[in-house]
Amino acid sequence: MRLSQEQIVASIAVLIFAAASFALPGFFTPENIVSIVRSISVLGILALGMAIVIIGRGIDLSAVAIMAMSVAWYLQLLNDGSSDGAALMLVLAGVLCIGLLNGFLVAYADVPAIFVTLASGSFVFGFVRSQLITQDAVPVPSGHWLQSLGGLRFLDIPVEVFIFAGLAFLVFLFLRYTKWGRYVYYAGDNPVAARNVGMPIRPMLVLRYVISAVISLMAGLLTAASLHSINTRVVNSTLLYDIVLVAVIGGIGLSGGKGGVRNVLYGAALIGIMLNAMTIIDIPLIYQNLIKSTILLAAIIIDGFLNPRDEQTAQQGDI
Amino acid sequence: MKYAKMLLAAAATLSISLLALPAPAQEDPGPAAYSQSLKGKRVMLVPMAMGFDLAQGWSSYIKTEVEAFGGVFETRDPNWSVEAGAQAITEAISSDTRPDVLIVHSPDLNSYARLLKKAQAAGTYVVLIDNPANFAADAFVGSDWDRLGQLEAEAVIKGCGPTSSKKVGLVQGDQVNASSLYQYAGIMKVMEKNPQFQIVAKPDSNWDATTSRNVTTTMLQQHPDVCGIIDFWDGDATGAAAAIRDAKLQDKVFLVTTGGGEKAADCDNLENGTYGAVVMTDLHHQSRDINAIIKFLLQSGQPAGTSKTYIYTLEKATTKADLKPDSCWDLKSLQTAAK
Repeated sequence: MRLSQEQIVASIAVLIFAAASFALPGFFTPENIVSIVRSISVLGILALGMAIVIIGRGIDLSAVAIMAMSVAWYLQLLNDGSSDGAALMLVLAGVLCIGLLNGFLVAYADVPAIFVTLASGSFVFGFVRSQLITQDAVPVPSGHWLQSLGGLRFLDIPVEVFIFAGLAFLVFLFLRYTKWGRYVYYAGDNPVAARNVGMPIRPMLVLRYVISAVISLMAGLLTAASLHSINTRVVNSTLLYDIVLVAVIGGIGLSGGKGGVRNVLYGAALIGIMLNAMTIIDIPLIYQNLIKSTILLAAIIIDGFLNPRDEQTAQQGDI
Repeated sequence: MKYAKMLLAAAATLSISLLALPAPAQEDPGPAAYSQSLKGKRVMLVPMAMGFDLAQGWSSYIKTEVEAFGGVFETRDPNWSVEAGAQAITEAISSDTRPDVLIVHSPDLNSYARLLKKAQAAGTYVVLIDNPANFAADAFVGSDWDRLGQLEAEAVIKGCGPTSSKKVGLVQGDQVNASSLYQYAGIMKVMEKNPQFQIVAKPDSNWDATTSRNVTTTMLQQHPDVCGIIDFWDGDATGAAAAIRDAKLQDKVFLVTTGGGEKAADCDNLENGTYGAVVMTDLHHQSRDINAIIKFLLQSGQPAGTSKTYIYTLEKATTKADLKPDSCWDLKSLQTAAK
C-alpha cells in the first residue's frame, strides 16, 4: 500500500499528538486542545483562502499584507472618527479592488501569479503604511464591537474556532458541490483543456483571488478582535510562509488541481500540535523555526515525488 | 549764573565723557563658537523602523533641536529590515551629503558593526541608541537593559507578593537582540537573589503579539497558578494580556513589560489594569541626552571613533498607583505639534 502525502501528514500529526499526550503533563486536556485549535484558527482561515488559489494553480503572496493592512486602515479610520459602516464599506471596497486587480493581472494580462501577488502585497503594505496609517500598531477603539467579538465564547470555546470551522465547511461546500468549485480543479489540473471544453477560466481565476482577499480581511478582523490591536509588522513575519506550509504540507500540490479542505485541516493540525508541544517543552524559537522549516522542506520533497510535475500541461511561469 | 554755567559745563563734560567711553558690551564668545561648529551639520537617524512610538518620539525631539541650531536632520526607514538598514547606512556614508552624525538603532549585536566602522573612518560620529552592539560607537544612549530587567523582576516580585505561588513566567523577545538577551540576564540576577521565586517557562514571542498570546495561553494552562508574567516589550505584550484576559486571570496574574512610555501604549494600559507595571523609557530625557551628545561631539574637534561614552537613561517601574499625568508622552500631540 502506498501512502498519500495527506495520509503521511495525518499519521505524523496523530503520532506527535499521542506522544505529547503521553509524555507532556497538561497536553491532553480539553483546555489545551481548545487552545491548539484556537492558535491555528487564523492561520487555518488564511490557508483556506490560499488553498482555493493553489488548487487553481496559482498562489497569493499578498494574503498577509491584505489581512494586516486592510484592518489597520479600518481601525485608523475608526480612530479618526469615521462611522463604522462607512469605514467598513470603504475597506471592503479596497480589499475587493486588490483581489480584482490580482485576478485581472493573472487572468487577462497573463502575468505569473507569484509576481503579481508579490508586487500587489508590497504595494498594499507600502501604500497603506505610508499614506493611510500613522504607526505600525493600530489599537481597536475601546467599546468597539471587535473587542466584544474577541471575548465571545460558546461552551468556553473562543469564537475564532467556530468561524474557522464554519468557513472550512463553506469552502468545502463550494469546492465540492458548486459548479464553479468543481471547475477550480479542472482549471488547476489542465487550464487549456478546461478552456477548450468551454469553462469560463478567466472570470473564475479573478473570483479566486477575490475570495482569497476577502478571507484575508476576515482573518485580520479576528486577529484584531483577539489582540485589541493590529500590528502591521506581521507582514514582515514568517506568517505568509506558514500559510503556504499549512496548505502544502497537508497535501495540496503546488502544481494545482489536487487537494481540498481536509488537507488544510491536516496541515493546520500538524503545525498546531507541533508548535504547542514545542512551547510546552520550552524549545527556543530559533529551534522551533528550524524544526518547522525542516518539515516544510521534507513535505515539499515528498510532494515532488508523489505529485510529479505534469510535463504535458506544465507551462512556463508555473510554480 | 556762574555756578549754573559751571554746572552745565560739568554736566556737558560728564555726558561727553560718558558718550566717548561707552562700556564695551560684553560679547559672549559661546554662541558664535556654538553656531560655527553646529551650523549646517547633517544628522541622520536610522532606527529599526520609523513606524513605532520610540522612533517617532526620538525623531520629533531630535529634529526640533537640530533644526534650531541650523543643522539638517534626516531619517531613514528600514521598516524592520536589517538589509534595508544596512543599505541606508552604506548610501549615507558614500553620498556627497555624508552625515556628520549618524544615530543608529541597531537591530542586533553584530549586523552593522563593519558599516559603522566605515562611517567613523569617513569622519562621521556614530551614536548608538536603545540597542547596544558589539561596536565602539562614539556614544551609546539608551537603556541599561540588564538594569531594566532587574527592575522588571523586582516589580513582578512586588506585584506577586509574599503570599503568592511565587511562580513567574517570561515571554522573551528573541535570542539575537541585545535588548532581549541583557533583559533576561538582569531578570535572572534578581531571581537568583530571590530563590523562593521560580521561573516556570520562558518562551519567545519573536516580538509578535499573536505568538505572545499563543505561548502565554499555553503557559497559563501548564501553570495555572502563575502569579506574574514579564513580557519583554509592550509591542507584543498586548498578546500576553489577551491570553490573561481570555483565561479570566486579570486579577491573579501581574503582567510586567517595558516600553517607550507612550500614552496609548503604556499609561492607558496601566490605567485600565492590562499591565501591572511598565518599566518606561523616559523618552523626553533620553532624546535630550542624544541631543546633548550630538552637540558635544560636533564641537569637540576630536576625530570620529576616538571617544566612547555610555549614557544610560534613568528608568523606573511605574504602576497604576504612581501614575501621574506626565508619566507618559503623547504621540498624537507630538504629531499634531509637528504639523
